[in-house]
Amino acid sequence: MSKELMKGNEAIGEAAIRAGCKLFFGYPITPSTEIVEYLSKHLPKAGGTLLQGEDEVASINMCYGAASTGARVMTASSSPGFSLKQEGMSYLAATELPVVVVNVTRTGPGLGGLGPTQADYFQCTKGGGHGGYRQIVLAPSKGQELYDFTMEAFDLADKYRTPVVILSDGFLGQMMEPVELKKRPKAELPAKDWAVGGCKGRAKRKVANYALTNEIGEANNLHLEAKYAEMKDSLQRWEAFQAEDAEYLIVGYGTCGRIAKSAVLKARKQGLKVGLIRPITLWPFPEEAFANLDGVKGILTVELNFGQMVEDVKLAVECRAPVYLHNRLGGMLPSENEILRKLGQVFDLAVEV
Amino acid sequence: MQRVFGRPKGLTELPFHYCPGCTHGVIHRLIGEVLEELDIIGDTIGVAPVGCAGFSLDFFACDFVGAAHGRAQAVATGIKRALPDKLVFTYQGDGDIAAIGTAHAIHVAARGEKITSIMVNNAVFGMTGGQMAPTTIGGQITTTSPYGRDCSLVGAPIDMPKTVATLNGAVYVAACSVDTPKNIMETKKCLKKAFQVQQAGLGYALVSILSTCPTNWGLSPADSLKWLRENMMPVYEMGELKVAEEVKAL
Ligand SMILES: Cc1ncc(C[n+]2csc(CCOP(=O)(O)OP(=O)(O)O)c2C)c(N)n1
Ligand code: SF4
Repeated sequence: MSKELMKGNEAIGEAAIRAGCKLFFGYPITPSTEIVEYLSKHLPKAGGTLLQGEDEVASINMCYGAASTGARVMTASSSPGFSLKQEGMSYLAATELPVVVVNVTRTGPGLGGLGPTQADYFQCTKGGGHGGYRQIVLAPSKGQELYDFTMEAFDLADKYRTPVVILSDGFLGQMMEPVELKKRPKAELPAKDWAVGGCKGRAKRKVANYALTNEIGEANNLHLEAKYAEMKDSLQRWEAFQAEDAEYLIVGYGTCGRIAKSAVLKARKQGLKVGLIRPITLWPFPEEAFANLDGVKGILTVELNFGQMVEDVKLAVECRAPVYLHNRLGGMLPSENEILRKLGQVFDLAVEV
Repeated sequence: MQRVFGRPKGLTELPFHYCPGCTHGVIHRLIGEVLEELDIIGDTIGVAPVGCAGFSLDFFACDFVGAAHGRAQAVATGIKRALPDKLVFTYQGDGDIAAIGTAHAIHVAARGEKITSIMVNNAVFGMTGGQMAPTTIGGQITTTSPYGRDCSLVGAPIDMPKTVATLNGAVYVAACSVDTPKNIMETKKCLKKAFQVQQAGLGYALVSILSTCPTNWGLSPADSLKWLRENMMPVYEMGELKVAEEVKAL
């Protein structure tokens, strides 16, 4: 198996091709652009189709059309572009179409800047579009995970008939790291017996998403709710690092999870019992990671926003331990020392930095 | 007994839900006949809009996908790119194609996307209760132009087929009407050609059809046809607006 040095964005593109993605529709926006560029070069050679849409709205709706035929399809963008895709995401959720959507975030609100941020957490995990829906959100923290999670996202999308979001950021997307180009693992997936493609020899099929009677509307919503409940049961994923005996837990995902790991190592050297919970599925949020908090005296959530995931952490912790937030904004990253200093400050610990 | 008239195979058995006298039904029938005559029901995927025609996905006998308001042509692009050998058509109102979906309408034509679009122009937003559309005639009273459309304030009507015809990728553009039996026959010919253009893989085809909305115009079905003739036909250029060389050779 070959290992290559590649940008995070390129790792996503390569993984998509190897996962059997046949169509990509996109519109360039920094810091996600290398994805559409990489696939422009490599997807046609792999027998797929790339089309640059007139905008993000077109691109997500092209995905909707292609997904309705049962094809594997992906789009990628960055925060302002991801906002434009929200209309389509709501319709994808309603029609239960499998599409992989990458958000390589940039700061905001508005046009913002190009630095890393986690300010799209609410938008991705709570349903940025209208009508109340959920979508699987995977949060990679390094090049290899960008590759692995993208590849797996297609299987998850097909298995649950749902849009799957890869939530990356400008830092991860632009960084070069060695990536092992693993083969696509075999997956048992349900037949796409709902896909359109011409009704010759079978009954007509339709992919529809209106429900103008309240009874049908409720039935549709209950169906989705049951599916989301099943995902919550079976899909929660996280990395626990030195957490077994931890008295203090740091919680951070993606880029923050990575930095927090260094902070944990540094704290352990000083004999402080600090551990890390790094959520990998942001939806469903890994509540199970907080099932057992025996011996945990406090939790510090580290985020690149005003504090968004901290709400989910508090819900999972259910007041069994105090939860604090350390955050940086506008593209700035916290250092490991900064995280440790905050830990010492909120929990009254003697920490050397 | 020999059967001389019946429902075309391109339509399902479901009764139309359109208002009495609405020409959406006539247009549905023509498309149903074309699907049957070209023997393409099993190879065609339609894309339904939002608006009165949003339910068309139940009425046509082929596979169908329902799109968000205005997005039918982007959705159709995705389907066609995934299944280039199938026939893909969109069936959209003027609000869908000339207001919220304008960008997509221009770009499918510019790209020469090998799909067929049918635009049903009734000069109003039908489903939402007769509001002003980009196609509303100057002086026309609608619920959002209660004093009559003032073109000096809100612009003059957009002649969408004429606009689309200027784009290279659009190889066949026709502006038709279903107000008289003769025009109905003409419209069917144009619809058939628009599908044949796609079968031949020549490029983008648009058929715009003037249609009535008796309910929102507040006119009887017969008076609606008269209103269409007297008010819409002089504003919109009619006929085959663009027939590219390769289409002439068909
Ligand atoms: C995003 C969005 N905006 C507005 C609407 C409300 N809406 C439904 S149909 C329609 C207009 C339809 O008009 P047209 O396309 O001309 O079709 P008709 O009903 O006249 O056949 C509007 C504005 C919607 N469903 N979605
Ligand atoms: S509202 Fe107008 S366009 Fe819609 S079905 Fe009734 S008559 Fe036809």
